Parts: sequence; structure tokens; C-alpha cells
Amino acid sequence: MKHTEFDAVVIGGGASGLSAAAEMSRGGASVAVVEREETLGGILNQCIHNGFGLHQYNEELTGPEYAERCIRDLDGLSVKVFTGMTVTLMETEEGTQLLYGFSRESGMVRFRCRAIVLAMGCRERNRGNLGTPGTRPSGIFTAGLAQRLVNIDGMVPGRECVIVGSGDIGLIMARRMTWIGARVRGVIEIQPYPAGITRNIVQCLRDFDIPLYLSHSITRIYGKDRISGVDVAPVRNAGGEASGAFHIPCDTLLLSVGLVPENEISRKAGVRLHPETGGPVVDARYMTSVTGIFACGNVLHVHDLVDYASEEARHCGQAVLDYLSGVSAGEQLRVGAGRNVKYVVPGRFALTGKNRFYLRSMITGTGARLCVRLGGIEVLRRKLPYVQPSEMISFDLAADEDAISSRFTTGGDETDLEVSLEIPEKEGA
Amino acid sequence: MMKRYDVVVIGAGVSGAAIARRLSAYRLSIALLEKEIDVSFGVSKANSGVIHGGFHHSPDLLKSRLEIQGNLMYDKLQRELHFPFRRCGILVAAFSTEEMRIVQELYNRGVANGAIGIELCNGDRMHMLEPKLNSDVMGGLFAPGGGIVEPYRLVFSLVESAVLNGVDLHTNFDVAGVEKSGKTGSEDREYVLHGSDGQSIRGRWVINAAGLFADRISGLFGAEDFRIHPRKGEEFLLDREASAHTGRVIFPVPNPVSKGMLVIPTVEGTTMIGPTALETDDKEDLATSSENFEKVFYSARRLIPSVSERDIITSFAGLRPSLEDGDFYIARSEKAERFVQVAGIQSPGLTAAPAIAEYVKDLLKQGGLELTEDPDYQGEIPAVPRFRSMSLHEQDAAVKADPAYGNIICRCENVSEAEVVAAIRRGHTSLDGIKFYTRAGMGRCQGGFCSYKILQILRRETGLPWEKITKRGRKSWIVRERISPAKTS
Ligand SMILES: Cc1cc2nc3c(=O)[nH]c(=O)nc-3n(C[C@H](O)[C@H](O)[C@H](O)COP(=O)(O)OP(=O)(O)OC[C@H]3O[C@@H](n4cnc5c(N)ncnc54)[C@H](O)[C@@H]3O)c2cc1C
Ligand SMILES: Cc1cc2nc3c(=O)[nH]c(=O)nc-3n(C[C@H](O)[C@H](O)[C@H](O)COP(=O)(O)OP(=O)(O)OC[C@H]3O[C@@H](n4cnc5c(N)ncnc54)[C@H](O)[C@@H]3O)c2cc1C
Repeated sequence: MKHTEFDAVVIGGGASGLSAAAEMSRGGASVAVVEREETLGGILNQCIHNGFGLHQYNEELTGPEYAERCIRDLDGLSVKVFTGMTVTLMETEEGTQLLYGFSRESGMVRFRCRAIVLAMGCRERNRGNLGTPGTRPSGIFTAGLAQRLVNIDGMVPGRECVIVGSGDIGLIMARRMTWIGARVRGVIEIQPYPAGITRNIVQCLRDFDIPLYLSHSITRIYGKDRISGVDVAPVRNAGGEASGAFHIPCDTLLLSVGLVPENEISRKAGVRLHPETGGPVVDARYMTSVTGIFACGNVLHVHDLVDYASEEARHCGQAVLDYLSGVSAGEQLRVGAGRNVKYVVPGRFALTGKNRFYLRSMITGTGARLCVRLGGIEVLRRKLPYVQPSEMISFDLAADEDAISSRFTTGGDETDLEVSLEIPEKEGA
Repeated sequence: MMKRYDVVVIGAGVSGAAIARRLSAYRLSIALLEKEIDVSFGVSKANSGVIHGGFHHSPDLLKSRLEIQGNLMYDKLQRELHFPFRRCGILVAAFSTEEMRIVQELYNRGVANGAIGIELCNGDRMHMLEPKLNSDVMGGLFAPGGGIVEPYRLVFSLVESAVLNGVDLHTNFDVAGVEKSGKTGSEDREYVLHGSDGQSIRGRWVINAAGLFADRISGLFGAEDFRIHPRKGEEFLLDREASAHTGRVIFPVPNPVSKGMLVIPTVEGTTMIGPTALETDDKEDLATSSENFEKVFYSARRLIPSVSERDIITSFAGLRPSLEDGDFYIARSEKAERFVQVAGIQSPGLTAAPAIAEYVKDLLKQGGLELTEDPDYQGEIPAVPRFRSMSLHEQDAAVKADPAYGNIICRCENVSEAEVVAAIRRGHTSLDGIKFYTRAGMGRCQGGFCSYKILQILRRETGLPWEKITKRGRKSWIVRERISPAKTS
């Protein structure tokens, strides 16, 4: 077994892991990144479409281009990279962390460090999670697996395709499958509105005349060896006119039905997970319930834009630097999700400096207002042009904001912050 | 020249595999034929994996006798073959005095069958044995000898052992026609078995262990006329982390047709609930349905209230190959010579399999087949170390000995490249075969991450082109073709 020591070890070499590592290294910490794949970049490597980096670089990059920039950011820094290595176990031992990684090349490596950054990304929900009855033939793929087979391995999964889920990954795969010569016979969405952004609906479906069935779901899968078709039916109790059930023949079914943060090893290490996000519960400095273990990116909560993931990772890296240099976190308030909000990350507010929060809406519509209350009293109110569950919302709140500091000088005992989304009467639907 | 065998076994499910392995201890040439791409892909793949306790069936049935005998043979079998098996014990939970009366009957049957250590329990004892039981359970039965097994791994090991001892395994051999040669009753009487794809094999003795299709095989031989009725069972598999995971197998009080729907802690740490029991006409109907989903969860939750739909990772269906009278039919045919029927092997077929093999061996002996022990027979097969069940120290040693142990392929179940390669070298060349041998792809992500890695290793090890690799043989291809250059832009 090999032994090695760092100030901090990052698990996962995707956009988040690389950004956190660069930040920590720039701050003077000795840092290692452990990545299970042979190459760095994470999920970006298979996303050859463009649309990455608009916030970060003011440019429309493809996934691999964005990854390339993240990797180049490490130039000149002394980040040690271990690729082809999987971390299988983390342990805490009197203030230090132990990590075990395995690779073909290096065998078993034990890392000793003071801080760990979890940046393992997420996995896709699959057929088992849908519980669709029927047979169990081949030809059923998660959209991400199909994306990998097409974009990296150069394979045609099949010729006649149905896609379940209208999230951006599903939409992008509808276009991609069409480009490789397959016929996409429909995208089935259980909600009454599309889950992906409008631009993708237009560019990936309308431009190719691919039908989108809203308020529909697949109710049965057919086929003995290879899938031969699916039944599609309108969702019960859905508003609007409900047509009858129908059958679509196909030889391929892609599932784009949501992502789940990948926390197998976190859980084993005793990291507490959040029931809504599926990621760890973290405080204002991105520290999990285990002292010295931090988390950022898709492993913390699912991001739709890589820019947010990178940004969050840099904040996390900063927080780790503070932790390493013994800066105390200071007092923190609890932050909770109020009306119409699915979750807010991080779950704590620091009474020093600026705090950035990410949240997901449970409603769709225009004219919503973001409201933050401290002990029932409004401390922030902001108008949002348009909200929908698939688009993450972010906002800053500074500790020295008048409403907050005055609240403290009065010494109230209700010290929870609550974040909610409110739709003014009439407009709400 | 078409090879001629002393014994040909049709069907590589648990029955055929156990028989072939048992016979491989003698100086005989043996062939094991299987129509699927891999062994255990019939009934033996999709079932509850319970090693039964010997109290469900009445003592006058053949299957009760073989169940008890088979159960007792499992410890030795596991020592030799290393498949996952644990004697965790079985509980039958009763909710009323009415049900307690039936439990009393089960107890009496168990005692008559010779089940070891079974006891009648009051509510307190039941809750002590399984704290997760519904608090309304007022008593029940405890069978400490009952257990759980990974059924396909059992079959893989049996076949591996048989092959190690000289049995020729022919997968993708679908027996579709039979010719007889030689005079009836004479020494040179033998059968020529034709596969649906034109291949043939000759054998003096034939054993029909074709599961759901045993009636069809019997027909091909002009032997007894019977019909196998498929009875479908749907099961749901819950995540490793499911809080419903119990320490023992939990049965409800059975009704006259079925043992009921159970909560099963699998040997590998997941939880299984089911199965249903529904007659069907179609022997290939493995579809699941939403009505049964509700039925299974309702019934499982009654036993263990913490059972939750949120924990489902997958579901599947299996078909029990049952006969009208409900018993096993294991006998030398009265119509076709040197032809042995092993039919109607429904539950507890898995439990009984090792005893079925003994029983068939004796039938062959009585029928005049000469059995000389082979001094070279090896009861044990080499174990493939599993990365996930090693200590850190063992993992370190394993990686040093073989770097492929350091390459983790399936992250949910912690399966290494070395295990995937071992599976392929043992003849498991489909995605499902590798999955059932290694568990890669069986975890909560169900292959989302590791499928492409396994495809790559399969291609490297077998030389098969991408589009020839299948999920489970025949037309279950995974990808259709390579993207042609013209289509890439
Ligand atoms: C299919 C898809 C399409 C997307 N499309 C867009 C888009 O068009 N525009 C946009 O802005 N954003 C898009 N996103 C979102 C954005 O790309 C992601 O949010 C971002 O890349 C996530 O980065 P990450 O580092 O958190 O996770 P990942 O990129 O998933 O990186 C996690 C890394 O951790 C590694 N890892 C995991 N476990 C271990 C372990 N135990 N040991 C070692 N290594 C491990 C993994 O191999 C992986 O490389 C998309 C996301 C997906 C999934
Ligand atoms: C839902 C369910 C739950 C069960 N639970 C349990 C349990 O908990 N405990 C227990 O003890 N038992 C249980 N059983 C019963 C057990 O699974 C069966 O008794 C056992 O698997 C039967 O094995 P077999 O070898 O006889 O049949 P199979 O496994 O079906 O083997 C027969 C083989 O023959 C092959 N074959 C068929 N026709 C041909 C042909 N023409 N040419 C070549 N090959 C052919 C098939 O492909 C198949 O592989 C359960 C069964 C079901 C369905």
C-alpha cells in the first residue's frame, strides 16, 4: 500500500472538483484530485453540444471545451492528479481524514489529509425507479449512457427511438439521435409543461418535427429480446383534454428522468444526507455533518448549469482554505425552504461576509417574488422574471444587510431564515 | 464425427446443473445442453432464492422429502462451491388465532417431515427474533434451518464444477428434434438430439430437466404426456439501504395455493419482496404489471411496516413450472427407454436440487447405468475473490497480485475488472451473464455507469464486435452499429 499526505483531497475530477482544487491550490494548500476515469472533466466530456460557460466565460463552449479550460486552470499550480483511481472508502481519525483509492496503475493508495472535498457528481435515475411494468428487454438506456455510447464510443444505440422525460439531457439526445440517423418518435413528459429550457424545445424538437407529449407517461414496455414498443397514456387527473392511450413501436427507449447525487461513499463515512437534494447537508462553508468533509457541485445538489457548479466549488475551496488556516466559522443561522421552494443550499447562513444561496422552485410562472424572512420579518425581497423547477435560482445575502444586523441587535430568539417564492394574487395559477 | 455421450442432460437450470455435477463424479461422458446463451437463464434465474425450512408441504409428497434432504446438503455444497448462502432462518408470522391454528399445522408437518429445530413462538419471541415485524403479529413459527441463496450463482458454480470434472456444456443448443437409433431394448439403442440450428449430439441416456418446456421435450421423445402450467411470480428488489431489511426471511401464513408473499433479506444485502402467484398460458410471459405492484407492497408492508416503494431498484417476474398434482415428477419414463423425467420442479426446486441430483443418480443406477467412481473427481472449485467482501488488507494484497483488482468497474456494488474478466473466462459472455456472475449493474444505478465499461472489456476479451454483444443472447443486442462517418456531422 502506498501512503501519501495532502492538506486537502478532492474526490472527483469534474468541473466542480477541478475548480475547488484550483482555488485551494492558489490559496497555498497542497491538493490532490482523485478521478475514477482515465481523463479529467467528468460529465462534460460526453456533452459535445454547446451552451456551457455563458456565465463563466461569456462564451458558448462545448462540454469538452469547458473541461479543457478547467484543466488549463491547473497549469502552474501544484495540484497532484490521480486518474483511473476510484475512492472506495473514507474514514475520520482524530482530526485527520483517511481516504482509500484503487487504480490499476498505483494499486491501493492511502491518503491522509485534513480536509476532503466531495465532488463525485451524480447518477441518473433508471427504469427501476420508474416502476414501469412490462418486459425487461435490451434497448433501454438512461439518456446519459446513450450519450456516452454515441458521443465517445461512436455507436448507434438503435433506429426507432422514444424518449421519456423532457429535461435538457433528453431534449439534446432527441436531436443527437436524429443526427445519427435514428427516428425519434416522441418525447414523453409526465408534467403539463416541458422540463427543459425553451431554447432546447425549439432547437432539439421543433426543428426536427419531433412530437412532445405533455401530461403523458409510458405505461408498459414490450419486447422479448430487444424492446419492440411502449404504451403511452395521458396522465390521470391531468388538466386539459385527455386523448386515449396509444402504442409507439420502437427499438430503443431513452430515459431522462432525473439525476441523483452520487453519495455511496459519503453515506458510509457518516455524512448526513438531505431528503430533498439527495446530497449532503452542508453549512455556510460547505462543510457536511462530518468535520473536515466538504461538498460541492452535483454531488451536493443537481446543477443545470456548469457555471453554477464551478462557482459553488470556488466558494467551497475558499471555505476549505479558511478551515485549514483555523479561521472559525463563527455563528451561523439555519436556513429553511419555505413556500414553493423545494430546497435551499447551503443550509446555513454565516454572520460574516457575503452568503450565496442556490434554490429550486416548485412552481412555474412569471412575476414570482423571492422572499427571505428572518424570524418572520422580511429581510430580502426580489422580483424574478420567470421561475420553473428546472432552472436554478441563486441570490446573495450579506450579513451586514441592515435588516439582518438590526435584527440581531434587538436580540430576537427566532433566528431561522426562511426562503420562499410568492406569486402575487391573480397571476398565480 | 458427432460426439456420443453416456448421458445427455437437457436444461442447465438448477436441476440439470445439479444432476450433471453429481454424475460428473463417475466415469461417464456427459453433455449438458442449454438453449439460452448462458446457464440458469430459465426459471432458476428469477425466483425468491429461499432455502426452505421443510414445513410447507405434506410428508407424503416427493417434494417434501427432497426439500428436507436438499436443505441439509447446502453447507457442504457451499464449502465446495463458494456461492452466496446463509442460514438466516425463516419466520411465519400469524396475525390471529385463526392463523395460529394454521401455524400449528405447519409445525406438525415440519415435525413429520423431520425439519430440524423448528419451534412455535408467541408474539414476544417473534419480535425478539425479528424486531421489524408488525407489532400486531401475535405469534408464529421459526425454522432456524431455512436460509437464502443467490440462485444463479448456485447454478453457475454447479456448472463450473461439472465442467471442471469433464462435462461438456453446450449453450445455445435448443433441442428441437430427436431420432432414435438402434433396436428397442438393445445395448446399442441411442438418441440423436438435433438443435434448432442444425447441430446434433448423440446420447445413450437422456435426462429431461427442461423446466417450463419439459412437456415439449417429453413429447419429442414420444414419452409421457403431461402439461407444464406456468404460474407467474413478480418480485421487487429494494436498495441495500432500505430500512425494511430484516434478519430473517418473513412469510405470511400460507393459503392452499401459495406460500404467500414474503420479505426476503437477500444474501447480498438487498431486500426482496414478493412473489405473486398467477396462472398464465404463455411460457415466455415475463412481464410485470402495476396491479401486482400494489398487491405485493400491501402484503409486504403488513408483515414489515417499514417496506417502502421509494427503495425499489428493480422488479422482475419468474414462472413456476408446475404440474396438475402439485408434486415433482421425477421418474424413468415408462414409454421411452433410458429417458428420465425431471419435471414439475416448482418451488422448493432450488432447495431440493442437490437431493434431486442424488435421486436421479439412483434412478439411473436402478435403470442399469454403470456408475464407477472417478478417482480424479474434484468436489471443489477455485473461489473468485470478490473485491467488495475483502478487508482493506486483503484488497491491498489482491491488487498487488493482480492489478485488475484495482480497477473498480461497478461503483454501486464495488466490482473490479478482475471479477468481470473472471466471469468472461468462465463463459459468461452476455451483459446479463456478467451481471449475474459479478453483480456489476445490479446496484442502485442498474448499469448506468458500468455498462459501457463492461462492453469494452467484453470486446477486448472475446473479440466480439460491438453489435454482436447482447444483453442475454438472441436478438437482445445492445447497440446496432458504428456511426458511419457520413452521419457523424
Ligand atoms: C448529461 C448532462 C448534460 C448537461 N448539459 C449541460 C449544458 O448543456 N450546459 C450546462 O451549463 N450544464 C450542463 N450540464 C450540467 C453540468 O455539466 C454539470 O452540472 C457539471 O458538469 C457537474 O460537474 P461536477 O464536477 O459536479 O460533476 P461531474 O462532472 O459528474 O464530475 C464528477 C466526477 O467524479 C468522479 N467520481 C465519482 N465518484 C468517484 C470516486 N468514488 N472516486 C473517484 N472519482 C469519482 C466521476 O468519475 C466524475 O468524473 C449537464 C449535465 C449532464 C449530466
Ligand atoms: C417466482 C418464483 C419464486 C421461487 N422461489 C423459490 C424459492 O424461494 N425456493 C425454492 O426452493 N424454489 C423457488 N422457486 C422454484 C425454483 O426456482 C425452481 O424450482 C427451479 O429453479 C427449477 O429449476 P429447473 O432447473 O428445473 O428449471 P429451469 O431453471 O427452468 O431450467 C431448465 C432449463 O432448460 C432449458 N431448456 C428448456 N427447453 C430446452 C430445450 N428445448 N433445449 C435446451 N434447453 C432447454 C431452459 O432454458 C432452462 O434453462 C421459485 C420459482 C419462481 C418462479
